Amino acid sequence: MKAKLTAFAVTTALVAPAAIAEEMTIVSWGGAYSKSQQLAYHEPYTAKTGITIINDDSSAEAVAKIRAMNEAGNVTWDVVDVVASDAMRLCDEGLAEELDHDAVLAAAPDGTPASEDFGDLIVSDCFVPQIVYSTTFGYRTDMVGDTPPTSVCDIFDLEKYPGKRSLQKRPIDNMEWALYCDGVAKEDIYDVLGTPEGVERGLAKLDTIKDSVVWWTAGAETPQLLADGEVVMGSTFNGRLFSAIAEQNQPIGMLWDMQSFDLDGWIIPAGLSEERKQRALDYLYFATDTQRLADQAKYISYGPARKSSAPLVGKHASLGIDMAPHMPTDPANAGNVHIYDYEWWADNRDDLDAKFQAWLAK
Amino acid sequence: MSDTTQSGPVLAADGTPLKRSLHRALRIQKLRALMLIAPLLAFVLLTFIVPIGQMLFRSVENDIVANTLPKTVIALQDWDAASGQAPDEAVFAALAADLYVASNEKTHTRVGSRLNYETPGISSLFRKAGRKAKKWDVENDGPFKEQFIKIDDGWADPDVWRTIQTYSPKYTNGYFLNAADMQKGADGAEIRPESERIYITLFKRTLIMSLIITGACIVLAYPVAWILANLPSAKANLLMILVLLPFWTSLLVRTSAWKVMLQQQGVINDTLVWLGLVADDARLVMINNQLGTIIAMTHILLPFMILPMYSVMQTINPSYLRAAKSMGATNWTAFWRVYFPLSVPGIGAGSILVFILAIGYYITPELVGGTKGVFISNRIAFHISTSLNWGLAAALGTILLAVVLILYWAYDKIVGIDNVKLG
Repeated sequence: MKAKLTAFAVTTALVAPAAIAEEMTIVSWGGAYSKSQQLAYHEPYTAKTGITIINDDSSAEAVAKIRAMNEAGNVTWDVVDVVASDAMRLCDEGLAEELDHDAVLAAAPDGTPASEDFGDLIVSDCFVPQIVYSTTFGYRTDMVGDTPPTSVCDIFDLEKYPGKRSLQKRPIDNMEWALYCDGVAKEDIYDVLGTPEGVERGLAKLDTIKDSVVWWTAGAETPQLLADGEVVMGSTFNGRLFSAIAEQNQPIGMLWDMQSFDLDGWIIPAGLSEERKQRALDYLYFATDTQRLADQAKYISYGPARKSSAPLVGKHASLGIDMAPHMPTDPANAGNVHIYDYEWWADNRDDLDAKFQAWLAK
Repeated sequence: MSDTTQSGPVLAADGTPLKRSLHRALRIQKLRALMLIAPLLAFVLLTFIVPIGQMLFRSVENDIVANTLPKTVIALQDWDAASGQAPDEAVFAALAADLYVASNEKTHTRVGSRLNYETPGISSLFRKAGRKAKKWDVENDGPFKEQFIKIDDGWADPDVWRTIQTYSPKYTNGYFLNAADMQKGADGAEIRPESERIYITLFKRTLIMSLIITGACIVLAYPVAWILANLPSAKANLLMILVLLPFWTSLLVRTSAWKVMLQQQGVINDTLVWLGLVADDARLVMINNQLGTIIAMTHILLPFMILPMYSVMQTINPSYLRAAKSMGATNWTAFWRVYFPLSVPGIGAGSILVFILAIGYYITPELVGGTKGVFISNRIAFHISTSLNWGLAAALGTILLAVVLILYWAYDKIVGIDNVKLG
């Protein structure tokens, strides 16, 4: 019996590393986004190294799951795709690996080090930026008459644009838009929001449209509500609107004014074995180089996070349309953008969320 | 002594006292029974009771502050929060020493995000200070008070220090206070300002709406169960499949189907407008509010009410009704005085099932509840997966569990749990 057990242990010990060496688990958001990563990153990487990549569409619950795995001492994920604020949270909790960006990532083709090529987008030591996306508005072209909305403040104008609008069920972005439309200068928004009066002012502005708002929690809701004609305008991620407009030919127009830039990228969970960590780093080196990031933009309308990738963005892989004009970072769209303050929200998120939820429940 | 040996215990065939031999036989039997249920017991214990217990324990656990900042916690004991002044150099020096260790172990941000639940802003204080503290020479780089305040003047705020002091014990009732819309103020527990109160409202709403849903299920399920129980079995089986079919369909599909039905451009509104019953510009609002949650959840939970009712009604002998009528009872009296009391155990079982399931529901309220139709479980899910405030989630969960147990106890006292039958 004992001999059998030892034999079993030896065989598993021999088999296990070999099995691990051939596959890695990459976590992302699923849907069109995961597909773009599959085509731009995973398939070329597998072709180059022979490593099988297992997709897990759990990014929406990634923070909680990584924490649970970490506490259980059994981290089964190798690379995880999260939004920047989640990356900060994971880094703060010691659940993601801190990285030296210049040492582990590829330099730009002209030799610019990675930290400069990504620039300010490296908002956390644990975070490797991948795309710039934005939360912005879409509107029904057939429900706004001859004067389509041009300003984010049209959201708050119920006389000019009667009907429901959909907003995300969280204070982030909505509070900033509310204050901006209440006359606060863009650069003062976070100073005002940091005071109790500022919070009240923002909520009072949202109060003016509260009865006409449908609150969403999943990114797919607004495109659906727009397609059904349930709402006349609504916020969501720009890539979702792009696919509703360009791929599904819905009567929807884009309102880019005060779009809220946000970032999505990779982290490596803390607590991996050295071997798995090296493999994850090798994947990141490959998947975040200049060409790979530009390739992803062929499949989805999110802007590559490297400056050096922008000139390489080409046409949509199946529709053949130029992708550059659909990027949130395109100069024509980025005339007036809202830059989201990660540090401020990391500090104030819990507090403001409690107030926002109490306001919603009233 | 000699007397006892003489009367002596009764002996078994092998010479051992009978009592002991009986004991042994019984013990072996008990042991065998225990062995039989041991796998199940171990399984339930390991996969259910231990994890739930651990999760609930988080609602009072708070050792992170004392473990990460041991010197600061001790130094801060003598500081008087009422003074309105930040503590003196000794405390800052202790914090510098703690942060030096913590930032090299990368645990400083974790304590920062813990304290940030209580006072916004602490998270970045620790993040920024940790970056500097990593390189400090704790012996010689002092004094530290000014250096901390130079990194961020938040360190001069007595509120920050009061928070650290208040949350330095290894156990806290802070999460429970928070779950009851209270907070630890300068003079003990106090009610939160009105703009931050939410949990009591949500608890009340969860209970009231779950009761309404249970009531709606009883009203809708009773006739269906009655028909099922009284039809010939061939027809009853067909109807049963109709009851079970939605039961086998994914929860998300059923909830989304209700969206299509209820929304303003949805099937019901379109039909009403087409019939001319509702004006096109005054379509009914039936979703993203409490009505939406009640309709969708009543539909989803209906089989849990029909099935226990049906199995109880099947056991009611139809000759009782005939007997009542033969003695002159009207249809209504026969039903109300004879049939209904016999079917009460089914209603009881169904109600407990539906109510307890409803109270913990969160996907359906999240999708169709809008702002006024969400439950407490939506907040628990939020704190588990988004805000990562597991202590608060555990406190809310513990309260919810306690409420359910109290209601169950009250139900037992009023109706009697023996009066509940699943068949």
